[in-house]
Amino acid sequence: MDVAAVAQVESPLEQQFQALVDADGRVEPRDWMPDGYRKTLVRQIAQHAHSEIIGMQPEGNWITRAPSLRRKCILVAKVQDEAGHGLYLYSAAETLGVDRDELLDLLHTGRQKYSTIFNYPTTSWADVAAIGWLVDGAAIMNQVPLTRCSYGPYARAMIRVCKEESFHQRQGFEAMTVLANGTPAQRQMAQDALDRWWWPALMMFGPSDTDSPNSAQSMTWGIKRFSNDELRQRFVDATVPQAEHLGLTVPDPDLTWNGEHYVSGEIDWTEFFTVMKGDGPCNRERIANRVAAHDEGAWVREAAAAYAAKQQARSASQGVAA
Amino acid sequence: MTETSSFTAEGGHGAVPTSCEVEVDEGGHAGAQPLWEVFVRSRRGLSHTHAGSLHAPDAHMALRNARDVYTRRQEGVSIWVVPAAAVVASSPDEKDAFFDPAGDKAYRHPTFYDVPEGLTHL
Repeated sequence: MDVAAVAQVESPLEQQFQALVDADGRVEPRDWMPDGYRKTLVRQIAQHAHSEIIGMQPEGNWITRAPSLRRKCILVAKVQDEAGHGLYLYSAAETLGVDRDELLDLLHTGRQKYSTIFNYPTTSWADVAAIGWLVDGAAIMNQVPLTRCSYGPYARAMIRVCKEESFHQRQGFEAMTVLANGTPAQRQMAQDALDRWWWPALMMFGPSDTDSPNSAQSMTWGIKRFSNDELRQRFVDATVPQAEHLGLTVPDPDLTWNGEHYVSGEIDWTEFFTVMKGDGPCNRERIANRVAAHDEGAWVREAAAAYAAKQQARSASQGVAA
Repeated sequence: MTETSSFTAEGGHGAVPTSCEVEVDEGGHAGAQPLWEVFVRSRRGLSHTHAGSLHAPDAHMALRNARDVYTRRQEGVSIWVVPAAAVVASSPDEKDAFFDPAGDKAYRHPTFYDVPEGLTHL
């Protein structure tokens, strides 16, 4: 028997675990789970959480310049939701035995990443609309199946996230509709935003199935339910008619309708890798902002901890006196 | 390994690398701020239900944070926060033995009993 064959032999615990997952059962924090399952989840949930909180920046950029009070209230609520989504996810990751501070440290030092989509700049108000419509639209396609993920705390966090995310997509589409029906200049802004966000949104679904060896394991473990290409196709099918409704043009000259689906042209992955490796338009700025926010907030955390310690000491001494 | 194989779309917000792993400690860590479990009563007449957890330096801050994190859309009319360390839980390893005593007592359910046909209010 060679080494690979030995590794194939499953222990009774592994068999029990796989049987639970195969029966569409849920794994809970203190259950036995394979090391690889735990590590995959920690990485996935942490990087998902990082994406949520870094994702506050491109849109936060427009809060002070939102075109109306209504849009500003909506945008503040949305950015606050992203912070909340990050917190749900960090909490879910912590149930696997990691510490949030440790995960933030991995983000700040660049050892863990966040979605490449947030390394693109938001150069006009239309970008805020496009992010809601396209980026959150793509996120919903990815996240809805995760509400049935085999890991209970992750699935529960995703249920909350998905409920909130649909407001994000709709407000984006509404803002896009206003621009698309506005002045020629506004219409041009909307088209320009679609031109710049379309391809990065398609890349959010990850590499093609033929080139995605992690997918199979994640599917066996019930973490992933649909392949990258399947989800990307759903997004394209759902979004192209929306663009048509807006009277905007999807920036893909090869896009065709095959009678059943919209078929996209080839994705240029070289740009994706450039951005992923840190050479995107905003990589350095995003991390620098995050680290600055964390460092500049240190005195608040310290003050709160000092106050808590003082209150605790006071109630302890009163307890002794009584 | 090709370049794309080290990436995956596993997180909801899109493709991320798969190379970065964290050491996990199943015993958990003592973070800088204690962990609190949050229970929310969605409306009067219902019991508090576990909503999730969060970090806060003290109980007062934990309540305020819980309001901001778990009730942004009026999901609750009352919140409990409990130090996570104060929760005593049954062990998943012993769940069979622990819950077994109820397993063979079908007579505790009304469906155990035959009701003559045509009779009601039983």
